[in-house]
Amino acid sequence: MLKVDGIDVFYGNIHALKGVSIEVLEGEIVTLIGANGAGKSTLLKTLSGLLKPKNGTILYENMSIAGKQAQTIVKSGISHVPEGRRVFANMTVEENLELGAFVRKDKEIQKDIQKVYDLFPRLYERRKQLSGTLSGGEQQMLAMGRAIMARPKLLLLDEPSMGLAPIMVKTIFSIIEEINKTNGTTILLVEQNAHMALSVAKRGYVIETGRVVLTGSAQDLQSSDEIKSAYLGG
Amino acid sequence: MEWVQQIVNGISLGSIYALIALGYTMVYGIIKLINFAHGEVFMIGAFVGFYSIAGWGFGFFPALLLAMTVCAIMGMVIERVAYRRLRNATRIAALITAIGISLFIQYLVIYFRGAQPEAYPNVLSNKTFDFFGAQISSQSVMILSTSIVLMLLLQFIVHKTKVGKAMRAVSHDMDAARLMGINVNTTISATFAIGSSLAGAAGVFFGVYYTKIEPLMGVIPGLKAFVAAVLGGIGIIPGAMVGGLVLGLVETVVSAFGYSLWRDAAAFIILILILLFKPSGIFGKNAREKV
Repeated sequence: MLKVDGIDVFYGNIHALKGVSIEVLEGEIVTLIGANGAGKSTLLKTLSGLLKPKNGTILYENMSIAGKQAQTIVKSGISHVPEGRRVFANMTVEENLELGAFVRKDKEIQKDIQKVYDLFPRLYERRKQLSGTLSGGEQQMLAMGRAIMARPKLLLLDEPSMGLAPIMVKTIFSIIEEINKTNGTTILLVEQNAHMALSVAKRGYVIETGRVVLTGSAQDLQSSDEIKSAYLGG
Repeated sequence: MEWVQQIVNGISLGSIYALIALGYTMVYGIIKLINFAHGEVFMIGAFVGFYSIAGWGFGFFPALLLAMTVCAIMGMVIERVAYRRLRNATRIAALITAIGISLFIQYLVIYFRGAQPEAYPNVLSNKTFDFFGAQISSQSVMILSTSIVLMLLLQFIVHKTKVGKAMRAVSHDMDAARLMGINVNTTISATFAIGSSLAGAAGVFFGVYYTKIEPLMGVIPGLKAFVAAVLGGIGIIPGAMVGGLVLGLVETVVSAFGYSLWRDAAAFIILILILLFKPSGIFGKNAREKV
C-alpha cells in the first residue's frame, strides 16, 4: 500500500531523515518507534505532504505522492493525526469533525459523524463544547475522530499516548485496534511508548537519528535485547 | 436632545471604521500581518463608487456592489503579488512591504488622475427626520443599516459556510488545516477578498457621508480602523465591530464637547492606552493551550 524508498528530508540545514525506507501493507498496523528527535514525526509529516523530501520516492497505491500538496494527499486517502492533537480549540467538537470531512462532497457526512460518536461516546456528550475545553484524552479522541471523517485508507497516528493517563492510553489503543479491525483502515503508528505500540502492531521499525536501524515483526522486536534495554525499560 | 443626534452620528462613523477594521482583523487573524495597504483599498472603493455614480449614472446599491467587487479583486491581487511569497519571511519584511504597497497605490492613483479632491454626488436622498427630538438624516440610517447587513452576512459566511470554516481553521492552525485537506492559499485569498470588499463598501459610505474624497483619504481612516481593530482585540471579528463603534462614538463625543481639533488625537490616545493597559484588546484573552 505504502512504499517509502530512500527519502532524505531536511529542516533548513538539519538532515532529519537519511535515506529512510519503510513499507506498509494493506490492513496492517505498523509502528515506528524511537527516541525524541529521531525523525519519526518528520517521516509522518513528509507522508502527509507537510514536508517535501529532497530525494527518494514515496509510492502510495502505486502512485507517487512525494512532494504532493497536503490536500491532494488527504483526498487520495491518507489522514494524519498530528503530534499534540492540534484540534481547532476555538471550534466545537462537532465543527472539528465537520472539518475532518472537508474534502468530501458526499451526503453521508452526518452519518459518519454519528459513527464517530458511536466509537467515542465521550465526544457525543461534549459535541457542543469548544474543543479547547476538552481534556487531553478527549482531544486525542477528537483528533482521531476528525481524521477518520475523511474516510482514510491509511491513518497516520503521531504519539497518540503522549501526556495521557495510563487508563486513557489503554482506551486509545483499544480504539486504534478497533478502527483497524472494523474499518479495515491501515495504520502507521508513531510512538515513544514502545511497549504499547508493539502490543497492537504487526510489525515495527526502529528509527535512530534519522535512520531505520532495526525492523521486524512486533514479537521479534519485543523480545530483542537491544529494544528491551533501549525502549522497553530493561 | 442633541446627544441622541451625536450618538447616531458616532454610530454611523463607527460603522464605517468597523467595516475597515474587519479587513485588518481578518487578515491579521489568518496570516498575522497588519495589512497597511488596507486603507488604500478603502480609498479605491470610494473612487470606484464615485466614478460609477458620477460617470456612469449608477445608483447607490449597484455602485456599492461594483466597488466591493473591484476591491475584492484588488485585495486578492495584493495578496498574490506582494504577500504570498513573504509568508515564511520575517514579519517585519511583510510589514514593510505592506507600507510599500500602500504608498505605491496612493501615488499610482495620483499619477493617473491627479491629487485633486472630488465631490461625491448626492446619490441617497438626504431627508432628515425627527427621532426622539434629534435630527437624523436618512443617509445615516441607510449607511448604518447597510453596514449591519454586511456584518451579519460576514458572520454568516464565517460561521456557516465551508469557506468560513476553512478560514477559521487556517487562522487557528495552518498546518492542521492543511491536514484536513484545506487549500491554505485559496482560503487566504478568500479572506483578502472578503475583507477588502468590506473596505470597498466603507469607501462608498465614507464618500456619501463626508462628500469629499481624494487619493490620500485612506491614510487616516485606515490608521483609525487599525486602532479600532486593536481596541477590540486584533484577530477577533466581533472585536473589530465593537472597536469601530466605540472609536466612532469617542471621536464624535470629543467633537461634540468642542474639542474637534482633538478628534484624531483621541483615536491615537486610545491606541496608546490600550497598548499600555490591555494589549490584547477588549475581547482578547490570553491564549492557553492544553498539551
